[in-house]
Amino acid sequence: MVPNYPDALIARILRSVHRIAMVGASPNPARPSYFAMKYLLDKGFEIIPVNPGQAGEEILGQKVYARVADLPAPIDMIDIFRNSAAAGPITDEAIAEKTRLGLKILWMQLGVINEEAAKRAEAAGLTVIMNRCPKIEYGRLSGEIGWYGVNRRVIDNRKHFAFSQGGALRRG
Amino acid sequence: MAEYGFDTLAVHAGAQPDPATGARITPIYQTSAYVFENADQAAALFNLQVFGNIYSRIMNPTVAVLEERIAALENGTAGLAASSGHAAQHLVFHTLMEPGGEFISARQLYGGSVNQFSQAFAKYDWHVRWADATDADSFARVVTDKTRAIFCESIANPGGVISDLEGIARVAEQAGVPFIVDNTLATPWLIRPFEWGAHIVVHSATKFLGGHGNSLAGAIVESGTFDWAKSGKYRTLTEDNPSYHGIRFYETFGDFAFCVAARALSLRDLGPCLAPENAFLTLTGMETLPLRMKRHCENALAIAEWLSHDNRVEWVNYAGLPSHPLHAAHRKYCPKGAGSVFTFGLRGGFGAGMKLVDQVRIFSHLANIGDTRSLIIHPASTTHRQLSDEDRVKAGAGPEVVRLSIGIEDVKDLIADLDQAMQ
Repeated sequence: MVPNYPDALIARILRSVHRIAMVGASPNPARPSYFAMKYLLDKGFEIIPVNPGQAGEEILGQKVYARVADLPAPIDMIDIFRNSAAAGPITDEAIAEKTRLGLKILWMQLGVINEEAAKRAEAAGLTVIMNRCPKIEYGRLSGEIGWYGVNRRVIDNRKHFAFSQGGALRRG
Repeated sequence: MAEYGFDTLAVHAGAQPDPATGARITPIYQTSAYVFENADQAAALFNLQVFGNIYSRIMNPTVAVLEERIAALENGTAGLAASSGHAAQHLVFHTLMEPGGEFISARQLYGGSVNQFSQAFAKYDWHVRWADATDADSFARVVTDKTRAIFCESIANPGGVISDLEGIARVAEQAGVPFIVDNTLATPWLIRPFEWGAHIVVHSATKFLGGHGNSLAGAIVESGTFDWAKSGKYRTLTEDNPSYHGIRFYETFGDFAFCVAARALSLRDLGPCLAPENAFLTLTGMETLPLRMKRHCENALAIAEWLSHDNRVEWVNYAGLPSHPLHAAHRKYCPKGAGSVFTFGLRGGFGAGMKLVDQVRIFSHLANIGDTRSLIIHPASTTHRQLSDEDRVKAGAGPEVVRLSIGIEDVKDLIADLDQAMQ
């Protein structure tokens, strides 16, 4: 089943997190993970790439770590840019490191759905989002993605000072 | 995500108060280009890595509101506007087709689309095969390994034929190709093709969406449900793209990849962008779409009933009439109404048709449909005159045929006008 989440939940997550570890971040500028990382960095998030093949290198100026266990605390959210099967063991690493990292959110990318892993993560006290892209959700709730004609399914009757702080993501 | 009603979306979807000025109505962003924040952001925009405005051939904030509103009313994932319905079709096929490819289209089609498919597209080496919109098996019979898409109009112009969307969608699914529906005559108020299995909807927004006959506009909407990678036939969407450093559109943009590719490649390179003022006028018209469509359909049914009882009239081709062979299809696909464009046959034939269009005083004799004003045309001598006699009859535009597009005036005045003009 394709999971469904209220806009208010997605907005609350995107407003509250600051440091996001992106597991499966790629140094290839043509890859979707590179696009998402570039966008979220531009929006002021700290993105810490995780990719064993690139450990010690930099992606978009950010140092790459080999695995979740190597990440420096704190990490608010882990974004899994791997396939649904690979999301299982990554989830277990995240659960093991939850307290040390101060981890609150486990997010699986568009097309990534692992119900069993999600159950384990939720039982461990993590909030889980599956089959969504934080870049697209940010663009949708801030209004920016409307510039590409994307149906945001949002009705907005307020004036916002700038799209970057606008839409359902406005703070305060 | 909230589920808003159709009438609420018709007024609000896509729009929000202007972030700079608080203007409640969507401003006409009459600008050709947009300043970049810095060199890095400019590069990221050109690489499609961030969302933003570059140049009005590719995107414009006024046009974007229209795109999102049409996408919302069709319940699709994304929309893309073009300078006309014809331009929208061009962008759709340019994104899907490769030289030597084929697609299947219903032959009950707007005459201009018959020309586009059989003449203009042939110059790209894309080839149309024809089928019958009311007979899904006729599509299945002409599927080949070169078939890349199936196309029909939900309610076909000029005959008001209601297509068997569900049956044709099944053929498309079996063939593994996208099902494209021109929803111009129905509008999403009457039919939402995605609910019947379509993958792409195209519109001439010039017609009922804008509704006032004041602006040319076209649109594409995607359902987000077609798997572009499965067959390997849609290279534009799945292969490394050389003009964007090797990105793959489907992998990168997922369920709105078709519209991004059509925008970032075909619209960018072919150039038929919509002017922001036309988008503004179309948006204003769309706010009253539900009210107008209801009135259009009520008036059309009353006039079709009146014509069907008039002895100067040989036949009336309106699926809203219980005696019509497609009345069951009307009840199935568009129970709220059978649209407001239909044809009827005059006993006097070609000459009587020419005389009628000269005698009307409220109906306007012109080549358009979907206006608040009632419109009349004699297709055989105008919109369909380029076709052969045989093809005209097949397209529902024989010599005795008159096409009406019923407006929202007082229906008694429209009936009186037709009555005096047929004397």
